[in-house]
Amino acid sequence: MPEILTGNLAGYILVALLLFVIGLGTVLTRRSLIIQFMGVELMLNAANVALLAFGRFRQQAAEATTFYLFILAVAACEAAVGLALVVALFRLRGTTDSDRADSMRQ
Amino acid sequence: MNTHLWLIPLLPLAGFILNGILGGALIRRTQGPGKAIVATLAIGTVVASLILALVAYTSSLHAPEHRLETEAISWISVGTFNVPFSLVLDPLSGLMALVVAGIGSLIHLYSVGYMWKEEGFARYFAYLNLFVFFMLTLVLGGSLPLLFVGWEGVGLCSYLLIGYDFETESAPAAGLKAFLANRVGDLGMVLGMLTLFACFGTLTIADILKDVAHLSPELGFGILTFATLMLFVGATGKSAQLPLYVWLPDAMAGPTPVSALIHAATMVTAGIVLVCRLAPLFTLTPITLTVIAWVGGATALFAATIGLLQRDIKKVLAYSTVSQLGYMFMGLGAGGFAAGFFHLFTHAWFKALLFLGAGSVIMAMHHEQDLFKMGGLRSKLPITFWTMAIATLCIIGFPGTSGFASKDEILYLAFQKSPWLWAIGVAGACCTAFYMLRLMTLAFLGEPRDAHAFEHVHESPVTMTLPLIVLGLGALLAVALGWPTAFGGNFRVEAILEPSIRFGQTAQALHTETHGANPVLLATVSTVLGLAFALFGYLSYRDGLGAAEALTQRFPALHRLLFNKYWVDEGIEFLVLAPTRWLANLLWKLFDVILIDGVGINAPGALTMVTGDFTALLQTGRVRNYILGMALGALALLVIFLR
Repeated sequence: MPEILTGNLAGYILVALLLFVIGLGTVLTRRSLIIQFMGVELMLNAANVALLAFGRFRQQAAEATTFYLFILAVAACEAAVGLALVVALFRLRGTTDSDRADSMRQ
Repeated sequence: MNTHLWLIPLLPLAGFILNGILGGALIRRTQGPGKAIVATLAIGTVVASLILALVAYTSSLHAPEHRLETEAISWISVGTFNVPFSLVLDPLSGLMALVVAGIGSLIHLYSVGYMWKEEGFARYFAYLNLFVFFMLTLVLGGSLPLLFVGWEGVGLCSYLLIGYDFETESAPAAGLKAFLANRVGDLGMVLGMLTLFACFGTLTIADILKDVAHLSPELGFGILTFATLMLFVGATGKSAQLPLYVWLPDAMAGPTPVSALIHAATMVTAGIVLVCRLAPLFTLTPITLTVIAWVGGATALFAATIGLLQRDIKKVLAYSTVSQLGYMFMGLGAGGFAAGFFHLFTHAWFKALLFLGAGSVIMAMHHEQDLFKMGGLRSKLPITFWTMAIATLCIIGFPGTSGFASKDEILYLAFQKSPWLWAIGVAGACCTAFYMLRLMTLAFLGEPRDAHAFEHVHESPVTMTLPLIVLGLGALLAVALGWPTAFGGNFRVEAILEPSIRFGQTAQALHTETHGANPVLLATVSTVLGLAFALFGYLSYRDGLGAAEALTQRFPALHRLLFNKYWVDEGIEFLVLAPTRWLANLLWKLFDVILIDGVGINAPGALTMVTGDFTALLQTGRVRNYILGMALGALALLVIFLR
């Protein structure tokens, strides 16, 4: 059993890596805050995939799964806060283009 | 142990503090009575010092080695460098303290009359008391650093009192000049002190002099010569010798009693006191003594020739002082420490008297100092005239006066050193006789040249004439201290000063070589020549300015040379001050403006600004760019740690 899983671990990690890079690419290349936010969620879930894969690999799947559920809850909150911020920005600027929210340069 | 010695300098200090803090307010409140209180306090402290000094001096005569010493309080103690704080009263410092406090109190008294109507009466007396304090510290100080404190302190008071009329333009400038010229000398003084410390490991005068006796000649002559020469440089600054004498004539911008006390009788003799204090040390360095003798001789003649043609009565006396100080150094350099000091002693009396007399004349003439505008004052100022006449007889060396005794002793010693030095001294004495008779004739004899001013002339108040009379008596009686042996007298001052000048030494002959001079013959020659020039001076100016102008017409070049004081001030301006100013300007523009301000301060500033402007381009404000930075950073960390 461990051997098989060992063999598959690289696959899981590869998937997680792909997810993470896609998320990062989305955040870096897109200007719409909503899309960028989706990228962020992708990166978060890439981390979750890696967490679960390592959990199985170390035969601590129960702990990993429990932890994952906690992260999911926190991520839900974070998503709510993040979306609220986007809405607030839209109300303030009338746009969700992150490049136009550049008051940090001042 | 002899704690009362401390009171001698501290009493005038108390007077300074009280008058300095309270005097001004008191006078503003009460006018006349306030001035009387301020003056009484100032005079009282100095007279009390005089009495204490007299008592201490008398008791020192019974002390071992004729020496009273206070307990040494630890003052500076760094590693092996130990300077105790102590006062020493031996014959030299005792006599000097008596001169300072004695003539000081007379001049304080005189100042009451002279300064009564001036602004800043309390300030004046406070400074004068401070001066007496520092001068007594200088004289009584038991270690070179303490002496140096007094040395600098009197310089400070000199500066303050020269610039007393600080609203005028010339007085503060003259004070500054005095201060700066003295700084040049003081540098030498400090170098000399440091050298002595390097040699002996101590700066206590008594210890140095005791060590000198056991110094092996081969070991230390070069370094000792350097040290004494440097100390002499300090002395030339304070005692106005060539080439640093230039400040003293300008110092006449101060009130006349100040000129009498500080710039004639006491402070300017500090250099002579210093050399006498360290006499055993200077005895070991014949090269330095020769330098001192020739510098003194040169100054004596040089300043006397300038004095020949000055029109300002105080300037004549100023150059005369420079010249007489030259004689003192000539005597010291010829190995006659007692002779040099004796001339200091007699000179203090008669030159203070001359200055105070000049002050009386100046006040009578309503602050007119030009000799050419005076004349015929004898009938109006009898006391001033007769006392000044006594002083004049002393300074020209009229037989039987104190000046004759001290000057001829110096000239005799100078002849033993070198006949040429003697010839210079005699030439200077002839000039002295000429300018003094010129001064007296122009001021007191002949017809009044300014009839209007002459009408209002009246004799000075008793506070001013009394010091004149006492100083006149002192000038006459000073001779009692040392009538030359050659004239059947007893040069007593030598025996009195013996314990100071030979301190810690085994008996040794000072004058080994003689030129077989006959002292009576030498004195006769110099005196006859001097009196001849005195007569010449009288005859030249007896009938007003005509004869003198005729002489001027005959020797125009010589007249211009002397009247312009050899262009020494202009020469210094051209050779020293102008290059210094040029260099300072260069350093300012090159070093300060370009190097410090430019390269040192503005360049880093500009660099920071440019860098800032450049790196500000990275701050786009766009979240995406920042995230890219974060990602690249994380990647870099990964590469570093996982490699």
